[in-house]
Amino acid sequence: MRHTISLLLENEAGALSRVAGLFSARGFNIESLTVAPTEDPTMSRMTLVTRGSDEVIEQITKQLNKLVDVIKLIDLTEGLHIERELMLVKIKADNSEHREEMKRLSDIFRGSIIDVTDDSYTVEMTGTEDKLDAFLGAIEDTLIIEVVRSGVAGIGRGDRSLRA
Amino acid sequence: MAKEKETLTGAEILVRCLQAENVDFMFGYPGGAVLHIYDALFKQDKVRHILVRHEQAAVHAADGYARATGRPGVVLVTSGPGATNAVTGIATAYMDSIPLVVITGQVPTSLIGNDAFQEVDAVGITRPCVKHNFLVNDVKDLAITIKKAFYIANSGRPGPVVIDVPKDVTANMVEFDYPETIDMRSYKPVVNGHPGQIRKAVDLILAAKRPMIYTGGGVVLGNASEALTGFVHLLQYPITQTLMGLGSFPATDPLFLGMLGMHGTYEANMAMHECDLLIAVGARFDDRVTGDLKKFCPHAKIIHIDVDPASISKNVRVDLPIVGAVEPVLRDLISVIRETGKQPEKEAVNSWWDQINKWRDKDCLNYNRHSEFIKPQYVIEKLWEITHGDAYVTSDVGQHQMFAAQFYKFTKPRRWINSGGLGTMGFGLPAAMGVKLAYPDEQVVCITGEASIQMCIQELSTCKQFDLPLKIINLNNRFMGMVRQWQEMFYDRRYSHTYMDAIPDFVKLAESYGHIGMRIEKPDEVEGALKEMLAMKDRLVFMDFIIDREENVYPMVAAGKGQHEMVLASDREQV
Repeated sequence: MRHTISLLLENEAGALSRVAGLFSARGFNIESLTVAPTEDPTMSRMTLVTRGSDEVIEQITKQLNKLVDVIKLIDLTEGLHIERELMLVKIKADNSEHREEMKRLSDIFRGSIIDVTDDSYTVEMTGTEDKLDAFLGAIEDTLIIEVVRSGVAGIGRGDRSLRA
Repeated sequence: MAKEKETLTGAEILVRCLQAENVDFMFGYPGGAVLHIYDALFKQDKVRHILVRHEQAAVHAADGYARATGRPGVVLVTSGPGATNAVTGIATAYMDSIPLVVITGQVPTSLIGNDAFQEVDAVGITRPCVKHNFLVNDVKDLAITIKKAFYIANSGRPGPVVIDVPKDVTANMVEFDYPETIDMRSYKPVVNGHPGQIRKAVDLILAAKRPMIYTGGGVVLGNASEALTGFVHLLQYPITQTLMGLGSFPATDPLFLGMLGMHGTYEANMAMHECDLLIAVGARFDDRVTGDLKKFCPHAKIIHIDVDPASISKNVRVDLPIVGAVEPVLRDLISVIRETGKQPEKEAVNSWWDQINKWRDKDCLNYNRHSEFIKPQYVIEKLWEITHGDAYVTSDVGQHQMFAAQFYKFTKPRRWINSGGLGTMGFGLPAAMGVKLAYPDEQVVCITGEASIQMCIQELSTCKQFDLPLKIINLNNRFMGMVRQWQEMFYDRRYSHTYMDAIPDFVKLAESYGHIGMRIEKPDEVEGALKEMLAMKDRLVFMDFIIDREENVYPMVAAGKGQHEMVLASDREQV
């Protein structure tokens, strides 16, 4: 099953490689991983998406907690939560038919076109992984020039929060 | 009034920190990146530096010291090859959860990343085999980093911590201030077990009909021998121990079934297989213990006490986990059992003991006592007798290690010192040096084989320099015995590269290092030779026992088999 794990960790050199190294050393898989400092610059917040059986996920959370740099951790999937991902897509738009089609699709998915050239559009879009996948699925493969995705960032709903 | 602070160099601060941690010995080898530190060491006499002949040995020696004393072992090596040579030692300590603080020199901060002379990413290389590691970029952070390193190494589940110190950091100056205590928001090891879990455990323990206690290195590391012995005696339940746990319950006690696992006793492995309640204490269900997980303890509910939550349900699903240091948890269990006023299921447990005693009657460790060759088991039995079971025994890795574990009946913790998790050949001799430095008046014996001993043989020179009268028992079968045993059993006796036909004359070798060498070739010479060895109190004695070439370690649970599917010595003769 897919799990989204949120971590607070010391904002120190090497903290990210400890997490990444743990996953490769123990054969856990990472679907995506995002990390950036929080409002407190001594701490980073990481969102990690992984897949595994209940036993594997239990081991992953325990092993992550064991890392000396990890301050706190929650498995967001255990409760209500929100996930968002940012995507930038460069799409071929070299004739009026393609240009109109892409503009329309981007509007339907509530993206915005943030760069335009004579033969391409760059679309910015945020949403869940599924929505971004659906958008890409709606575009003919040959029209996609470049896809950049941030990986998932997640946060608990309501009062649920992860603080040091 | 605030104490006036001294301004010192990083190197001086480093040495002051070690003094503040009451470090009496450190093990190391100098080099370019650590010259400032060596200079600071030269100017003081509180921390005694032991110069080894190879950095791997420095780490093993510190490791042996730590295992024997319970205090962190301290290592100092230079950058580049100094650090990479130390890696095997660090990984050895990591696998057995041994507290070490390893200081590696590093090229100056301005050169880091430039492929400078003797530069290696020590923090990167050691990351997967340390509990934690640090690169100190600024001399201002040096003292607090060392404080953290000692705290992390020796709390919770212990382990090695590496501090990588660039050369310029050891030259730069700052006011010295060593914190007395440390609090880390991201590192707070659990000590006490959850009272609710402890009560539930007591219910299971008192209801058991076929209980089994299985304990590991955690009991030794957690200084919980006394509590464990009290717990076992209170219940009168059978107990088995892992290779790493030996000595934390007296092996001479009738409740002890011997070691379990791949080369465990018949009675211990059968009792594991048939028990209805398994009480695991400070053990991690290693594959050498469990055999095939699908066949492991099929009838048992499992209670697991461990200080490391990640050890729980890692390999084997447990029914009742208790996270906490084993010592307080065992004490809590004892007091809750007493509070209930209830007794174990006497009748059921008695018939369980009847069954166990039938398994015991197999006498699975028996061997041919009438052989014309020296049997390795016999040497260790005699050693045990002559040292009254009271020596500190280190070992290398292989058959001799298993024979030592089976035949030297340890009755006290921290006396049996070997590399269990990583299985590092070359560990025994340097580890014995660390033990002997810690306990100069105790008998320290290294049990080894002719293959293992050659992996760190250069340390005979260190022993000479620092006057360490170790006793080395070399069980010489002219084979890498354990590998040969597997080749005999699983590769149709194709002894691929396990025969060493250029073995040195160990007697002359020992003599060339300034020690005493003895060669023993007949069974009836063994006892006298051992006595002679022990009488030479002030000398290192290297005893080369020419033993039976093809003796095997039994019982054996072959890889992939269940614990109850053992090959016994008697099966070999039938083949």
